[in-house]
Amino acid sequence: MGRSRGAGGAGRGSEDFESDKVAGGGLLDRRLFLGGALGGATAGGAVLSGTTAAEAEALAVPSWMKTPGSTFLGYGQPAKQEAKVVRTFAGQPNSPGTGAARTPHHLLAGTITPNGLHFERSHNGIPDIDPDAHRLLVHGMVRRPLVFTLEALARYPMESQTAFIECGGNSGLLHGEKPAQGNFQALHGLVSCAEWTGVRVKTLLAEAGVDPKASWVYAEGADAAGMSRSVPLSKMMDDAMIALYQNGERVRPSNGYPMRLLLPGFEGNMQVKWLRRLKVTDAPVMARDETSKYTLLLESGKSQQFFFPIEAKSLITHPSPGLTMRGKGLYQISGLAWSGNGLISKVEVSADGGKSWALAQLLGPILPRSLTRFRMPWSWDGGPAMLMSRATDQTGYVQPTRAKLLAERGARAQYHFNGIACWAVSDKGEVSHVYA
Amino acid sequence: MSMLKFTAAAVLVALGSTAVAQTRSAVKGPDLGQPVSAEDLAKWDIEIPPSGKGLPAGSGTVAAGEAVYAKSCQSCHGPKGAGKPNDALVGGVGNLAGKGPALKTVGSYWPYATTVFDYVRRSMPVSAPQSLSNEEVYAVTAYLLHLNGIIGADDVMDAKTLPAVKMPNRDSFMSLYKSRK
Ligand code: HEC
Repeated sequence: MGRSRGAGGAGRGSEDFESDKVAGGGLLDRRLFLGGALGGATAGGAVLSGTTAAEAEALAVPSWMKTPGSTFLGYGQPAKQEAKVVRTFAGQPNSPGTGAARTPHHLLAGTITPNGLHFERSHNGIPDIDPDAHRLLVHGMVRRPLVFTLEALARYPMESQTAFIECGGNSGLLHGEKPAQGNFQALHGLVSCAEWTGVRVKTLLAEAGVDPKASWVYAEGADAAGMSRSVPLSKMMDDAMIALYQNGERVRPSNGYPMRLLLPGFEGNMQVKWLRRLKVTDAPVMARDETSKYTLLLESGKSQQFFFPIEAKSLITHPSPGLTMRGKGLYQISGLAWSGNGLISKVEVSADGGKSWALAQLLGPILPRSLTRFRMPWSWDGGPAMLMSRATDQTGYVQPTRAKLLAERGARAQYHFNGIACWAVSDKGEVSHVYA
Repeated sequence: MSMLKFTAAAVLVALGSTAVAQTRSAVKGPDLGQPVSAEDLAKWDIEIPPSGKGLPAGSGTVAAGEAVYAKSCQSCHGPKGAGKPNDALVGGVGNLAGKGPALKTVGSYWPYATTVFDYVRRSMPVSAPQSLSNEEVYAVTAYLLHLNGIIGADDVMDAKTLPAVKMPNRDSFMSLYKSRK
């Protein structure tokens, strides 16, 4: 894999930051380098550039300044040098469209996932839907059933909301007895975040006229799996949206073109893609994906069902496996935190396997039910380290340790793993997945 | 959101004479949904809840299901639902408790027999979903239930008998969602 991004390298030795240390393993005050916030350290890019005057190379005038550049493209593409920044995916035997494609968060920054890299979980391929022929049916316990064309929906008042979507099965490998060896993408790549624009579900339900005795809404997709889930009516009347746009452009086919259900904070599987039907009911339908799958089997033999909101979680993206560190010195630990129950209120980081913790800096804007980026300056002494992050959300919920989660649910729950994960950094700067 | 407080009259002004001419003063949205005929609705209204409401006419036997299975399912789910290369559909009944890996199948894990009909009719076979007749779906459902020891070899599945089947794991699901209605 590539070199660590955001890595500093030389410049100042770890001893230079002695007065900025806030926890074990060389964690530094989060306000360090934030424009004069701290007296002790003189902030600035020069320190981070990692090149001292003595080592400076001669500056050449590059060839691309001496010849005209390429011309225009209809739809812009990433730099060809970034061709390795792609999703990785796998399907099932005999059914290549049943599976998942994972976001390469270890190669991205910020909080919004580019549309071509948004994770995808599909149950029988991506349907090729003619948007003019697609219909959304709203029926069941309503005064009058209604059908909506895409053209009709486009004439409704639209709203935008930024929201993460996480598959209920993301990080599921961390239930395993031994720490699975894989990079961030392989272990945790089933979460992404976008700005979604569309029509509030409650606007359509109000038009159809919901029976006061109703309590659920069954949502069904127009794919070859007819993927479907039952959603509480209360969520539909709150912030649920028929999303037509993803980061400003039409929702991508792999994410539900021409329309998907958005249920901010709820497990991804419920946010039905290629949405074709909303049926108002007074009980869940007990579809396959809310009984056979997306239920958490406990050691007692009982199972937890309808585990809807994603609980607070955080993970370190930089460094992470594959991003080898190059020599002791200053680095920026960076990662993502999110909660299906609202805002992230704080993230703490540990560099000594959880013995000591320090507050990370949260990078704004901090939005509810969205990915939140955190950052922590770190003076690595070149020795073994164990990096962890722990999120707290606005409800006061604290991300649990893996041990606590497994003590409560056993190791067979399969879904909704949000325990604290740990990366071990070796004295060679190699990063691997371990259990703390 | 003041934008939501459209009246039907305001929409007519905004959209010109082509807008649907429904004047429902109580409606707050643009009111652009179209009515649906009962016939059209029936074609789309396919899900089967535990009550069995919506189950079609017809029936299927275990013997007929064995033939459907051999032809349309076995290549992916193995002989007698044993699994490989895709999910096992048979086995593990009564063995869910414990710490080790659990064999979750239609027989051991699924709480409702109606879900088998619903899922197979809409999603299976993966290579040609919605290609089976209702009779074939009843039959292959009967076959899977029989292989799991849940119904007898001579039992027939139809709109009455299927919802009455009590699945072994029916009472093991704890809902974490409290309806706030
Ligand atoms: C081409 C391969 C293929 C064929 C043929 C096929 N299936 Fe499947 N089946 C799958 C795949 C793949 C899945 C998993 C789908 C998913 O996870 O979304 C599956 C899932 C299932 C499940 C759900 C298992 C569970 O525990 O959740 C059932 C039940 C099922 N199939 C029944 C059938 C029946 C009955 C037939 C024949 C009518 C059939 N399948 C034919 C590939 C196939």
